[in-house]
Amino acid sequence: MSADWVSVCAVGAIEPGMAGTVPVEGAEEIAIFHTIGGAFYALVNKCPHKGGPLSQGIVHGDSVSCPLHNWRISLQSGEALGGDKGCTPTIPLKVEDGMIWLDRAAIMARAGA
Amino acid sequence: MNLQTSIPAPRHADAKERLVVIGNGMAGCRAVEEILALEPDRWAITIFGAEPRVNYNRIMLSPVLAGEKSFDEIVINTAEWYADNGITLVSGDPVVHIDRAAQQVVSRGGRIESYDRLLIATGSDPFVIPVPGKDLPGVVTFRDLDDVETMLAAAETSSRAVVIGGGLLGLEAAHGLSLRGMAVTVVHLMPTLMERQLDEAAGYLLKSELEGRGMTILTGADTAEIIEQDGRVGGVRLKDGTEIPADLVVMAVGIRPNGTLAKASGLAVERGIIVDDDMVTSDPAILAVGECVQHRGACYGLVAPIWEMCRALAAGLAASPKGYEGSVTSTKLKVSGVDVFSAGDFSGGEGCEDIVLRDAARGIYKRVVVKDDRVVGAVLYGDTQDGNWYFDLLRQQQDVSDIREALIFGQAFAAGGALADPNAAVAALSDDAEICGCNGVSKGKVVACITGGAASLDAVRAGCKASASCGSCTDLVERLLALTLGDGVEESAKTLCGCTSFGHDDVRPAIVERGFRSIPQVMQELHWSTPDGCSKCRPALNYYLLCAWPGEYVDDQKSRFVNERMHANIQKDGTYSVVPRMWGGITNPRELRAIADVVEKYDARMVKVTGGQRLDIFGIKKEDLPAVWADLNAAGMVSGHAYGKSLRTVKTCVGSEWCRFGTQDSTGLGVKLEQMSWGSWMPHKFKMAVSGCPRNCAEATIKDFGVVCVDSGYELHIGGNGGIKVRATDLLTRVATEEEALEHCAAFVQLYREDAWYLERTAPWLERKGLEWIKAQLYDDPGAVKALAARFHYSQQFMQDDPWAQRAAGDRADLHSHVGRITAGPPADGILKAMEPAK
Ligand code: SRM
Ligand SMILES: Cc1cc2nc3c(=O)[nH]c(=O)nc-3n(C[C@H](O)[C@H](O)[C@H](O)COP(=O)(O)OP(=O)(O)OC[C@H]3O[C@@H](n4cnc5c(N)ncnc54)[C@H](O)[C@@H]3O)c2cc1C
Ligand code: SF4
Ligand code: FES
Repeated sequence: MSADWVSVCAVGAIEPGMAGTVPVEGAEEIAIFHTIGGAFYALVNKCPHKGGPLSQGIVHGDSVSCPLHNWRISLQSGEALGGDKGCTPTIPLKVEDGMIWLDRAAIMARAGA
Repeated sequence: MNLQTSIPAPRHADAKERLVVIGNGMAGCRAVEEILALEPDRWAITIFGAEPRVNYNRIMLSPVLAGEKSFDEIVINTAEWYADNGITLVSGDPVVHIDRAAQQVVSRGGRIESYDRLLIATGSDPFVIPVPGKDLPGVVTFRDLDDVETMLAAAETSSRAVVIGGGLLGLEAAHGLSLRGMAVTVVHLMPTLMERQLDEAAGYLLKSELEGRGMTILTGADTAEIIEQDGRVGGVRLKDGTEIPADLVVMAVGIRPNGTLAKASGLAVERGIIVDDDMVTSDPAILAVGECVQHRGACYGLVAPIWEMCRALAAGLAASPKGYEGSVTSTKLKVSGVDVFSAGDFSGGEGCEDIVLRDAARGIYKRVVVKDDRVVGAVLYGDTQDGNWYFDLLRQQQDVSDIREALIFGQAFAAGGALADPNAAVAALSDDAEICGCNGVSKGKVVACITGGAASLDAVRAGCKASASCGSCTDLVERLLALTLGDGVEESAKTLCGCTSFGHDDVRPAIVERGFRSIPQVMQELHWSTPDGCSKCRPALNYYLLCAWPGEYVDDQKSRFVNERMHANIQKDGTYSVVPRMWGGITNPRELRAIADVVEKYDARMVKVTGGQRLDIFGIKKEDLPAVWADLNAAGMVSGHAYGKSLRTVKTCVGSEWCRFGTQDSTGLGVKLEQMSWGSWMPHKFKMAVSGCPRNCAEATIKDFGVVCVDSGYELHIGGNGGIKVRATDLLTRVATEEEALEHCAAFVQLYREDAWYLERTAPWLERKGLEWIKAQLYDDPGAVKALAARFHYSQQFMQDDPWAQRAAGDRADLHSHVGRITAGPPADGILKAMEPAK
């Protein structure tokens, strides 16, 4: 499957330490995280525990603490950290020309799955 | 060395092949030098340069601006160099057209030159943000000598400069202009300076240093327009309305590879001119090098990669290709007296481990990121000596597991054989080696204290003061404990979280006494072991700072738990509940109507009477929150803080106004208490109640602060809660008047705010400190109640600003909207336009 990059927003739209949400027609909402260290990550906006909106959690280092029950999720792998088990799907993201791009093919493939 | 034999014969048997270079800059000339080194006699070379001068070292323009170097000192290739190598230099005459079919270039002045090979090295263009006024006289970029001369002329005749962009270039411009006597303001869009090279901690140190030198640094500042005055620059207006007067505006917001000419001639150009590993473009007769190229998807803005590209280019031309494989880059800021180094990827990630060393006394911050036993990134501030060493380890992908423990101390320490074991290094220290610099404690004294019975870090801190001040020697003391006692070391008291060895009782006084003003500052000064903390310490520090510096500290939204950031309670389905204040539990038709309307208008799935005597509206989407609040505000209702570590509700009973047993106006007092204390941030939630008589219908004796009215006045109770572990209150005191009840309440709340640990409710706090201690704080000194209450009222001035009203008016709209949207259509129409960047 080849990537289908779509530009979603300007890098400045999400301040470091915060996340932005991107609803997707026909698939689950995506959360884009901007870490305080400056990295960008995209994940399905759903905690592997009970579906909490990860975009609303506190971002620290390269992880986010879920707002519902405080599971810590790795932004890079989507895996729950510490003792917890579970994984949120990650979405390919790239930063180019001051914009954030997501791979729509990967997002849509999940909707079909 | 002559490699002539290895190359194909020239097209004209006796004539040299013709090489034409477009761009007389760092890449173009270096490429020519590399080519001449490999094949001195093969080419007849012509270089076109847009700038009317010989090639100079562009990176040294910063020292020229700062007055530390002259132009002559930064020239790389003198006129003699061109002459000696038979190179024709056409300067001040840019190439405007490439005719690929005819293999010719045409200059603006009309000069036509044929080529066998063409090399494009046109560098980058500075990016100019498209705001009104960008073309006014007095607005400059920072790219070439002409720009520097414009700035120097401005510095002669005027006094105020604004630099837009707090990256490498912007800060070097700001530094130079400031040394030239201008008052400089740096306007930076991001919250951290040089955010692409530095993390928050190093960015904070840099900002403080530059501010200390008299520059004004505005971060999170978005330029709206450049203001005109008398036909030239008069100042800069930010999106938040701030105006900064200026006679000179320097735009240093970034660069764009200059591929215009290449694109016009039909070469493959994306962000930059696309080249292969031998720097050949989509046309085999045309090569490109420098900042104008895009190689394996990457564009570069530093010289180190360019040197590597030039070597690969020359080797490829000489038919002994080496192939360029891309570069890892490192950055140093050229501001005299400020040492900053950054390399590789330090954003962390899965499997990455941060090693952080902070030495607050010497203003040092070092962070090395290690993944799979390899260094992948480094940020150094204050002491950059080891920068190159880390960079080498990084580029060579060297396994650092052997020196891992001592890595952060630098090359001298880590590479020193036996010293690579830090325990051995500490053991090898002499008895009079100083361990704690703050308190002048030697190793001998620390060991004596430990053998004398101090078996934990806290005991050592108490016994000999080692590590009791700044804490930077904590690691050494812990090693001495381990060396001296082996397994006999006792765990110390609870720390704030895993990021620090300090507890709440260390951090709070340190903030006040040492005047810490921001989260990164606390983390730096108290030697946090993680770069930006965790979800435990960030909210705690945010509260401690807010409490310590009312009216001054700016709340850090990213350190707030979701409910306090959204000013509503998140529900299990991701929607929110909204609870407006109903003062003392009293309501009226207007409020009830407004709530009923909101429930219908926003399709709320439930509205419920809470246990706190008010109404809770459930199932509101984050996008609808500002509109819901606007409607509630219109009916005079403000946030109920049902989500906050703050005042929740004040429950009341009907009291003397209606009840046949009522002794005082409990409802009225409840309303007054709530109006006095709403909006205040606290260590944990805080609930109050006022009952009109000892029958206690308002359940005042299980509240954080409860009032039970009696004939002779008011009984004040503290430290109760319902919840998991019910605790009934203790009686604090009795007072005769409402005024006194209010004043004692304010004093008690402030004592709790200033002393309790974050997330410690009044009940556990009271049990930890003891009722007697609390009474002593309030009543031993006759002025204490008044002083505490005054501090509470002072702080309330800044807190009683309805957060809902601010949001309804558009504040932080980014928190309530999506950043983008993806539709299911075919690629081209699927792309929605970028939304406005956040403020
Ligand atoms: C809405 C409400 C229940 C109701 O429908 O009546 C409620 C709802 C919640 N309570 Fe409560 N409590 C509510 C009154 C109470 C009361 C009664 C009271 O205030 O008189 C108590 C016992 C009294 C007390 O606090 O001492 C109460 C003791 C708790 C506790 C245990 C506190 C403790 O110190 O042990 C928690 C858990 C916590 O805070 O960590 C809690 C936590 C919660 C949370 C915030 C759970 C959570 O973290 O999401 C619930 C939020 C629901 C929401 O989204 O709105 N709620 N909760 C009440 C809102 C009151 C208001 O108007 O603001
Ligand atoms: C103030 C400043 C400080 C810097 N500091 C550092 C630093 O500390 N470390 C670091 O690694 N890098 C630094 N850089 C970046 C570094 O200078 C560049 O990476 C480097 O100069 C790029 O070389 P280049 O040859 O690709 O582009 P340039 O050096 O810009 O050369 C391109 C040349 O081509 C000319 N040109 C463009 N179009 C045409 C045309 N059509 N016809 C003829 N000529 C044309 C331009 O006028 C220019 O002279 C700094 C840059 C600046 C501006
Ligand atoms: S009692 Fe439990 S379930 Fe009910 S509102 Fe309180 S926290 Fe939620
Ligand atoms: S839903 Fe995320 S921790 Fe429970």
